[in-house]
Amino acid sequence: MLPSFELLMPETLPEALEMLAGYAPDAMPLAGGTNLVPDLRGGKRRPGVLVNVHGLDALQYIGRQDRYVVMGAGVSLADVLESELIGAHGRVLQEAARVFANPLIRNRATVGGNLGNASPAADTVPPLLVLDAELKLASAGESRWVGLEDFFVDVCDTICRHVELITAVRWLVPPPRTFSRFRKLTLRKSTAISVVSVAVRVTLGESGRCVDAAVALGAVAPTPIRVHEAEEVLRGEALTPEVIDRATRFACTAASCIGDVRSSAAYRERVTDVLTRRLLAEAQEWSEEQWERS
Amino acid sequence: MGTKLITLSVNGRRHEIVAPPNATLLQALRDLGCTDVKNGCGKGDCGACAVLLNGRAVNSCLVLAWQAEGAEIVTNAGLGTLDQPHPLQTAFADAGAAQCGYCTPGMIVSAKALLDDNPTPSVQEIREAISGNLCRCTGYTKIVEAIQACEAEPHKER
Repeated sequence: MLPSFELLMPETLPEALEMLAGYAPDAMPLAGGTNLVPDLRGGKRRPGVLVNVHGLDALQYIGRQDRYVVMGAGVSLADVLESELIGAHGRVLQEAARVFANPLIRNRATVGGNLGNASPAADTVPPLLVLDAELKLASAGESRWVGLEDFFVDVCDTICRHVELITAVRWLVPPPRTFSRFRKLTLRKSTAISVVSVAVRVTLGESGRCVDAAVALGAVAPTPIRVHEAEEVLRGEALTPEVIDRATRFACTAASCIGDVRSSAAYRERVTDVLTRRLLAEAQEWSEEQWERS
Repeated sequence: MGTKLITLSVNGRRHEIVAPPNATLLQALRDLGCTDVKNGCGKGDCGACAVLLNGRAVNSCLVLAWQAEGAEIVTNAGLGTLDQPHPLQTAFADAGAAQCGYCTPGMIVSAKALLDDNPTPSVQEIREAISGNLCRCTGYTKIVEAIQACEAEPHKER
């Protein structure tokens, strides 16, 4: 049996936001429940009031608006996996969705929930970080867009106020000749929390050099992180082994690994090196193919 | 903490039940007598409580009963009966894919969701589709064989 709480069932988003405001700070939004329900059961979270936002129409869309890909925060990981638009303009996110938990969870878990839960190992975060994604935080009567990198404060802590709800996620359609990929290491193939996850985006210019790059790491710090030092190394350069090596070393320096039930700190550091290096090497192979094609 | 009268549509039948806000769909279904939906881990790890919710396989232990109001819920027992089993249920029996049987209803629900989407899955696709369902007896080989055998047969839709 779950501990007791009050459950509010709004039919519209404005109604949900009014309820969150009315019961703050004791109310929490409930979406797919794949994190929150086990947390309630285990006593990790004890909200007095849950506001059900699962299935609200206003949070269920994936589309293109001007230069952005925009999706409602209520889309499930299964929706992400099936979206042709995300496949075309956010492959890195789709790669994360493909290895996210298992199909039963993916049918229920939402992108907004994965972000709001703010686990250091949340699999949607490194991909959305390298896409420079922004989140829409809405409260009754107002809303703001914030950069995902500014969203996380600490383990399970974000700048989202009690009265606010993540309602949408957007990112600029990446330029042509952009490579974006995600890899995670887990202790088994399915239903597994990342030991380390890495996302990389590389955009090539006319010369075949990298004109823009982004590297993000999950599960190696209190929040997922961007590694700007590594990105600076890559920008303006061809992806030579030396450049990849320097960028990878910055990624390892940025990681502040701890040991836990899934891995020792030393193993995490090693895996951060291996996965980052591998993804950058893949980017290099891809860039050669692009060069040959043009 | 107020209870509420909700309507659940389970295996084609509508049930009116009184449920508290903290009742999971799993609890509500078992209270309705759907004991084919198994209460395993209670936190979305094992898949023994899997049901189809509007055609999608989900863990019913992670859904609150109130959230399922208005949805079409199908459990393993809704797919077939002893007299008229679903082809998947026959295939599981024929292949010896059930040992203790605890994971079987959830496995069949996940397999049904797979075959509805993809009638001729590869072994890899079958393994992926049941990756949220734990079996601690069979080692999965016969379960995969059963799903393969079912997909090889002409589909008798019920």
